[in-house]
Amino acid sequence: MDLVQKNLLEQVAGLHEIPEGAYNIRANGGKLARNTTANIDIVSKTDKDGIDIIIKPGTVNESVHIPVLLSQSGLQECVYNDFFIGEGADVTIVAGCGIHNCGVDTSKHDGIHTFYLEKNAKVRYIERHYGEGDGNGENIMNPQTIVHLKEGSHMEMETTQIKGIDSTVRVTRGDLAEGASIEIHEKIMTHGKQYAKTDFAVDLNGDNTSCNLVSRSVAKGESKQEFSSIMNGNAACAGHSECDAIIMDHGCVTASPQLTANSIEANLIHEAAIGKIAGEQLIKLMTLGLTEKEAEEQIINGFLK
Amino acid sequence: MLELKNITYEVEDNHDNKEILKDVSVTIDDHFVAITGPNGGGKSTLAKMIAGIIKPTSGQILLDGEDITDMNITERANKGISFAFQQPVHFKGLTVKDMITIAAGKDMSVTDICSILSEVGLCARDYIDREINSSLSGGELKRIEIAMIAARGTKMSIFDEPEAGIDLWSFNSLIKVFEKMRDEINGTILIISHQERILNIADKIIVIADGQLKQVGTREEVLPTLLDKAETCQTLVDKM
Repeated sequence: MDLVQKNLLEQVAGLHEIPEGAYNIRANGGKLARNTTANIDIVSKTDKDGIDIIIKPGTVNESVHIPVLLSQSGLQECVYNDFFIGEGADVTIVAGCGIHNCGVDTSKHDGIHTFYLEKNAKVRYIERHYGEGDGNGENIMNPQTIVHLKEGSHMEMETTQIKGIDSTVRVTRGDLAEGASIEIHEKIMTHGKQYAKTDFAVDLNGDNTSCNLVSRSVAKGESKQEFSSIMNGNAACAGHSECDAIIMDHGCVTASPQLTANSIEANLIHEAAIGKIAGEQLIKLMTLGLTEKEAEEQIINGFLK
Repeated sequence: MLELKNITYEVEDNHDNKEILKDVSVTIDDHFVAITGPNGGGKSTLAKMIAGIIKPTSGQILLDGEDITDMNITERANKGISFAFQQPVHFKGLTVKDMITIAAGKDMSVTDICSILSEVGLCARDYIDREINSSLSGGELKRIEIAMIAARGTKMSIFDEPEAGIDLWSFNSLIKVFEKMRDEINGTILIISHQERILNIADKIIVIADGQLKQVGTREEVLPTLLDKAETCQTLVDKM
């Protein structure tokens, strides 16, 4: 790994070195390193680019890291990763993509992640996106996460995109069987002329299913964001989505929530709030001795924490 | 010592100039000073003016002899003025610990934060990681607001109606906080209040009504007149 790649790895996976446990590090379109454990197997796909991550039933307290690093300008790839989580397993999966683009060509990573959670399986999925570069090349990422949740399973998703991605369309799809639940926390900050779209749709098919989607975003400069969420309550379920956005400069945010209750027992709620930083928040922090700029930073850091 | 000299504040109201404060001059150099008077009389405006949130139309503000009239909020905060809002501000994502740390202006250990929170009667363990939002009650937010001022420990602490918006039970225990602060904090505490129990521990009471300074004096001088002259301070009498 060179220094650029090490820095990307730290940004997207919080790792300084090669991690413990199971991992697969992909760099510039190829396999850089891989490790499997007794309970977690990682196999390269033969029909297309990507890997299968197979987690044995009952595996607990283990983690898988699958960072993707792009440091070669102009590289464009589409990767399919499938996760098979065995019955009763409880694992943490850390994915992420870092692009360093110092050229003039567009670098692009499209990752399509499909999760199959067996009964009572639990997954904590963390995904970070980060881009940097001193050239004029664009950094594009279009992640897709498709989640199939069987009875009693639970998925927690944390996605973060704070810097350097010029264009992103994030697609999330989910279907939930009886007693399954999904919790999604999304954080996005865009600046310059960046564009970010969140396209989220979930079907709450079984009784006692629940979905909680919390999106917090900051749009600075001339950037644009779109938030679209569709929640279909097809049984006795509870769905909640929340889109909170701070706009600054000439930023623009559109929120389009859609709730459909196909069952009289479905209970669906959406909240959306878009606006600039409240003047009184700035004033309060200034009375504590911060300058206006420092106050703004504190408010945004807290908001996206 | 804080000196207000000929402070006037006008706002435009339906193309008419309305005077919120009219030529107010007063010196605040006692340890515990209360400002009282009817609602809408200009008390909060005056407090915000000292903190720099509102600029006077004319007049001068001096802190320990230095003219701070043209200083902004941050500069005044760094000169030693703290201001507790009447309506505490909500913050999405910022926790009690974050705010106390910002207020103190230095890294605070859990023990430091704990001792500050216990001063206002909160148990740190329950609050330290709570967000400053509507999940906290009015009384809790007020206490945290006061804790921030305590964490700063500046020479001038201004409290704008700490009793507003909280129930009587919470206020009774809050009074103790102010009694303790009175004994322990160095510098000046300036508190806007309608509460007799607060006025009772003040070294000096300033009465403001209709944008004018009506009376300044010790509590022995001012309190009896407030209770007698119902016409000057009907609101105050109602509240007591």
